[in-house]
Amino acid sequence: MSDFFTLAVSNFSMTYLTNIGAYFLMIAEMFRKPTKWSVMRTLILKDIDDLIIGSLGIVAFISFFVGGVVTIQTALNISNPLIPKYLVGFATRQSVILEFAPTFISIIMAGKVGSFITSSIGTMRVTEQIDALEVMGINSLNYLVFPKFIAMMLYPFVISIAMFLGVLGGMAACVYGGFSTLEDYITGVQLDFIPFHIVYAFIKTFVFAFLLATIPSFYGFYMKGGALEVGKASTTSFVWTSVMIILFNYLLTQLLLS
Amino acid sequence: MIEVKNIYKSFGDSQILKGISSTFEKGKTNLVIGQSGSGKTVFLKCLLGLFTPDEGTIAYDGKNYSDLTDDQKRNLRAEMGMVFQGSALFDSMTIAENVMFPLRMFTKMSKSEMQDRVDFVLNRVNLSDAHKKMPSEASGGMQKRVAIARAIVNNPKYLFCDEPNSGLDPKTAIVIDNLIQEITLEYNITTVINSHDMNSVMEIGQKILFLKDGLKAWEGSNATIFKTDNEAVTNFVYSSELFKKVRKMYIDENS
Repeated sequence: MSDFFTLAVSNFSMTYLTNIGAYFLMIAEMFRKPTKWSVMRTLILKDIDDLIIGSLGIVAFISFFVGGVVTIQTALNISNPLIPKYLVGFATRQSVILEFAPTFISIIMAGKVGSFITSSIGTMRVTEQIDALEVMGINSLNYLVFPKFIAMMLYPFVISIAMFLGVLGGMAACVYGGFSTLEDYITGVQLDFIPFHIVYAFIKTFVFAFLLATIPSFYGFYMKGGALEVGKASTTSFVWTSVMIILFNYLLTQLLLS
Repeated sequence: MIEVKNIYKSFGDSQILKGISSTFEKGKTNLVIGQSGSGKTVFLKCLLGLFTPDEGTIAYDGKNYSDLTDDQKRNLRAEMGMVFQGSALFDSMTIAENVMFPLRMFTKMSKSEMQDRVDFVLNRVNLSDAHKKMPSEASGGMQKRVAIARAIVNNPKYLFCDEPNSGLDPKTAIVIDNLIQEITLEYNITTVINSHDMNSVMEIGQKILFLKDGLKAWEGSNATIFKTDNEAVTNFVYSSELFKKVRKMYIDENS
């Protein structure tokens, strides 16, 4: 029984270690043998359209309403009349800038962008399109993954919009819900503002952008099997991207804020 | 010309290729035939450089593949055209963009020169009015012809086809066979075709390599395959009653 347990743990560890090694090799390979710039430029613009511009609608919708919900929850939990009303704006700003916009939106993007990347690259694997690139002498990792990585470097732009709309949604909910006045809310939003919090949020965003571009690409590129496995790979990629975002969120918060 | 000398390839404990040697000449349609699981696809992927043989050498016009640097290998691959079993067209591109792709990647042609070349090859495969269609809008036969157009657009020295007739009706299959043979002669390229389509064997098999269980079981041409007594070949090629009759008629006529 104990031998079986040892073997199972050993196999489990080896599988994960192999995957981690393959992931870093993929990243190294992604920068080698660059694709012709005229072709790469087109790919980058297409990926910006698919991954960044295509996500703005859902990000704007979620940010605005979650900002509103954060405000309402905060306002309803402040029952003590000694606590100033402007703290609603303060709490909303802190929640949105520090956690909601960079982390919560990134988890949503792991589902939207991540599964798109895994399924599109996975389908290319299943239909031999990646083999076709390799046969032509093209570095398929540079051709497929590098433009996604560059496109995702514009991800902080999405998060800036999420921050702005989150605070704006909070303001709308606060004022139109009758929780406080516009002046109080704006005072709260401006209260004790620490510019480094924005830097911290954007450092996290860049790290999450890297994870969002590369982990789903890894699961799509190295998948084996047919159409069913493309679906399974998309699910696995979502799970692992989310896990890594949460883990890095903890590590970066510990490193940068504590 | 491609010279294969004594290549072996294994995956784990399973040995797929067991010392295959052969020569594929320029300007000829060379067919690799054999049952499913005989090692045809692994053999073709070794020729394409997608798999590295465990032992043995593959030389392209005298250049040994394993002796080449990474850059030289990449340059050699740019001289290869491949028609995949499922066509492997890029589904985010139109048919014209698919055909233009190797030109965009490997040449310094102007846009109008590339357009002219694409028009020429699409016309050559009888698809002069399909430029703006997406691959999903094309039939199986059309997709194969687009794949052939993409494979030859950059004037390759070597053309590889993995079961180009699979999934096609007999009439379209003959059209594809004839097209590959005509292109091979016209551009004087070395063509290697994986097939288990007996019509292809009879029609365009100028050189035939028969694989069985990872070994070379027979080598010849469509002229000699009628006369061979090799049991493995006759069991495979003449497994249908129709081909048994064809063979009998051929032997009777030539005796």
